Parts: sequence; C-alpha cells; structure tokens
Amino acid sequence: MASVPLLRRAGNVVAFGYLTLGYVFIFLPVAVLILFSFQDGALPVPPFKGPTLVWYERLFANDRLMDGLFNSLIVGLGSSALSVMLGFLAAYGLARYEFRGRSALQAIILLPLAVSYLLVGMGLLVGLSAFGLGPSLPMVVVGHVVINMPLAFAICLGQLGEHQRKIEWAARDLGASTFRILTTITVPMIAPALIAAFCLCFTLSWDEFLIAYLVTRFDVTLPVVIWSMLRGGLNPQTNAVGSLIFVCSIVLVAAVEALLFGKRRR
Amino acid sequence: MTLTNEQRAARRSRIAGFGFALPAAAWIAVFFAAPVLMMVAVSLKPLGASGYSVANYVLFFSNAAYAKALWNSVVTTTLVVVVSLALAYPFAWVIAYRVPKSWQRLALALAIVPFWTSYVVRSYAWLLALSPSGIVNWVLVNLGLVERPLMLAYNPGATIVGFVHFFVMLNTLTIYANLVQINPRYALAAQDLGASRWRTFLMVTLPLSVPGMAVGAFLTVVLCIGDFVTPQILGGLKELLLPQLVMMQIQRQLDLPMASTMSLLMTVVVAVVYLAMQRWLRMSRL
Repeated sequence: MASVPLLRRAGNVVAFGYLTLGYVFIFLPVAVLILFSFQDGALPVPPFKGPTLVWYERLFANDRLMDGLFNSLIVGLGSSALSVMLGFLAAYGLARYEFRGRSALQAIILLPLAVSYLLVGMGLLVGLSAFGLGPSLPMVVVGHVVINMPLAFAICLGQLGEHQRKIEWAARDLGASTFRILTTITVPMIAPALIAAFCLCFTLSWDEFLIAYLVTRFDVTLPVVIWSMLRGGLNPQTNAVGSLIFVCSIVLVAAVEALLFGKRRR
Repeated sequence: MTLTNEQRAARRSRIAGFGFALPAAAWIAVFFAAPVLMMVAVSLKPLGASGYSVANYVLFFSNAAYAKALWNSVVTTTLVVVVSLALAYPFAWVIAYRVPKSWQRLALALAIVPFWTSYVVRSYAWLLALSPSGIVNWVLVNLGLVERPLMLAYNPGATIVGFVHFFVMLNTLTIYANLVQINPRYALAAQDLGASRWRTFLMVTLPLSVPGMAVGAFLTVVLCIGDFVTPQILGGLKELLLPQLVMMQIQRQLDLPMASTMSLLMTVVVAVVYLAMQRWLRMSRL
C-alpha cells in the first residue's frame, strides 16, 4: 500500500508543476513589460541594463500622452457615471415591479454583452456618417455606455435582494415616497455594489481601444495614443505607460473585489 | 372595489417598472440596435451603385481574399477556444481541488491579474517577449537550445499566443467558478459505487463543468473573432483576419458599406455559434 501515497505525491508534483508553468505563461508578458520599463537604454530588450526612471519622467513630459490620459479620464468618469445610473435604475425597475415585457426589456439591456466591440463601434460610425456628423470624444462616451451599462445593470440586479426589499416595504408603509426610498434606503444599502460597478466600468472604459479608435479623430484617448506610439517600434516609454496603466487598473479592481466580496470574509 | 384598487396598483406598478427601465433600454435601442439596423441598410447599398442590392455580400464571397479572411478568423477563433480551454481546465481544476481552500482566492486572483493589463499594451508586451531580440529568444539562445533567434512574432502563431494568454485567464475564471459549485458528494457517491478517480472525473465532474466551459467558450468566440488589436500587432500582414479587413475598408478604401457587410457577417458567425451551443447544451442535459 506504500505506492498509494507515493502516487498521490507524484500527482501533486504534476499538479503544482502545471500550476507553476501556468503562472509563468500568464505573468511572462507583464513581467517583461514592467522590468524593461526600467531599462537604461533605447530598446526594451535583454540584457537588462537598468534601473532608471528616465522613461517615466519622459512620460509626464509627453503632451500627447498627457492629453490622451486626460481624455481617457473624462471618458471613463462620464461613461461610468452614466452606466451606473442607468443600469441601477433599470435594475431597480426590473427587480421591484412586476409587469409584462420585463424579460423583453432585460434582453434588450443585456444585448450588447453578446456582441463584439467592433459591431458597437461600427454601428456608431455608420450612425454618425448617416447624420453627417464627425467623430468626437462624446461619441466614445456614448459607445462606452452601450458596452458598460449592461454590466452595471447585471451587477446591480444581483445585489438587489429580498433583504433590502423588506426594508423598502417598511419605509413605504411608513409613508415614504418612491424617490425618498431610492435615495435614502436603496442607494445607501447597495452603495458598495454601485461603487464596484463604477470602478469596473471605469477600468474597462479608460482602456477601451476599438470604439475609441473608430469614433475619434483628434481628441483621442490614451489607448489610441499608445497605438500610434507602437508604430515607432519597441520603446521603453511604451513599457512605462503600460506599466502605469496596469498598476492603476489593479488598484481599481482590488477596490471592486473588496467592495463586492469583502463582506463575506467578515 | 378591492379589485379595482388592485388593478390600479398593478397598472401603477407596470408604469413605474417600465419607467425605471426605459432610459437604459432606450439608450441601447438608440445607440446600439438602431445603428446596427442602419448598418444592415448601408451594407445593402454598395458604394457607387444606386439602389439596394446584395452585391456586397456576393462580392464578399466571390473575392478570394475576403472569404479567406473570414475562414482565417473562424479557424483562429476555433483554435483559440480549444487551446485555451485545454490549458485553462487543468489550471482551474488544480486551483479548485488541489490548492488548500484558504489559498484558493489568492491563487485565482493571481491567475487573472494580468487580465488587467491595458488591452493594446498586452499585445505589445507579447511582441516584446517574442521578437527576435526578445526575452524568449534570448533565453533560448543563452541556453544553447537554438543557434539563431527564431521568428516567433509577426505570424499567425504569435496571434494565437496573444489570444490564448488572454482567454486562458478568462476561461480559468469561468471554469473555476463552475467547479467550486459542484456538490462534492456526487464524486464521493461515484467512488463509493466503485468508480476510480479517473472514471469519477470523466463521468461526474467533467460533465457537470460543461456550463462553465460553455460560458468561457462563448465569451472567447465573441471577444476573439471581433478583435483587431492582437492580430494587427502580433500577426504580421500576411494572413489577415476579418477585423483587420474591416479596418482596411474604413481607412484605406473608405468603403463603409463593405465594412458594414463584413462586420455583420462576423456577427452572424457569432450568432450561429451561440445558437449551436445553446442547442447542444440543452441536448446534453436531456
């Protein structure tokens, strides 16, 4: 019977070996990206000559990058705020009221989750040209609400449970209006979900490329600026900006995780 | 009297519910559904021709390069789905069944952290790793495994690597979420009835984790077939995928109708995959 623990140990070695290889594959590009953002030389390739912060300094002196960053922040904040507001109201309507056409409305709202961003961007482009309009930053906001609002809606719907409904009923029995219930009961109760949805929408929006690329021309967002930087070939400055975006996104996602799932651990 | 009150309440409830959901639904209708319908109309009005016709669709399938791009996209997407599921499944399985419970959240979080690298930068980072002077070739040459750097980037294989990287993370997430929901008593019951570990996995765990794989596979199809960035950065310009062709129609040919035709054909492919998958899932449950 000695072979059974031995077999199990061999199985464990294979399992954890695979896990390690998996992590190496998953982290390889990110590690290379971050490491060579500190490269002391013009090319972000081995051997590593760093460390230096010169590429990060250049970043902040690069006007096009900073403009792109500013536009990305505007688009991210605007589209996330709109997405969460519309998504929350829709989720509240569908969770709290019984009416015919509920499932049809829900299907319409969730529809963009099942199509590629290319179709959303192309649609906006065709729409713009049909009305003789030029590409512009506000259209990016519009497009990002299309792709993010269904997500915010789904998150809110998942959080509007029976527990809150009973408190809302109690408030209604005590004579509160729907508006009062929404602003003083429902919104504060699911605030963590709303903030999490906002953060998630923001990370997706400020980094979205295809729609932003299709419907802007001059007032471009950060990913589009990076895209044009890629034409110049490999460059440690691209590594630096990529590393910074990565760190910011991770911070936001950690916030989402803490807000949505932190409660369970307590 | 009570009935009318109830009816009134029902009516109020209907109006209120509709009112809350309407802005969101209207946004999708106006800025997504309507533009897509306009794309259908535009695709039926070929550039330079008067009136409506299916000429663009005929042209698409009679132009060998266009049809090839659709074929390339379908083949690439299929490969990416199969490879990323095959790599992600054991990964998710080890996390769900071999990593101690208290470490699972961390193990999973680590597995999807690079998901949040910037969309454009992620492909660039792979280019960095795979380029002739990149780290992979550097390691291979220094270990003496190859004499000269291999041409790892700018080909369809590099596109597949870039895609698989992204979708391994996504599929690990969906499969793990599915695996931890499976009641462990099923596997215990199977083993009590004399099934080996391997047989238990094949006959119990694997079938029960099909929904997680299906969700991951569908997301992979949607996101992979419509992506322009990864093939454009990593793939070189010999074997084009459909989204690259769409962009060329917009930027070089200035042919919005043809670009619409191509995007709609792409969407039809996704819809067919979705319907086939739904049908297959329903059948497998019977």
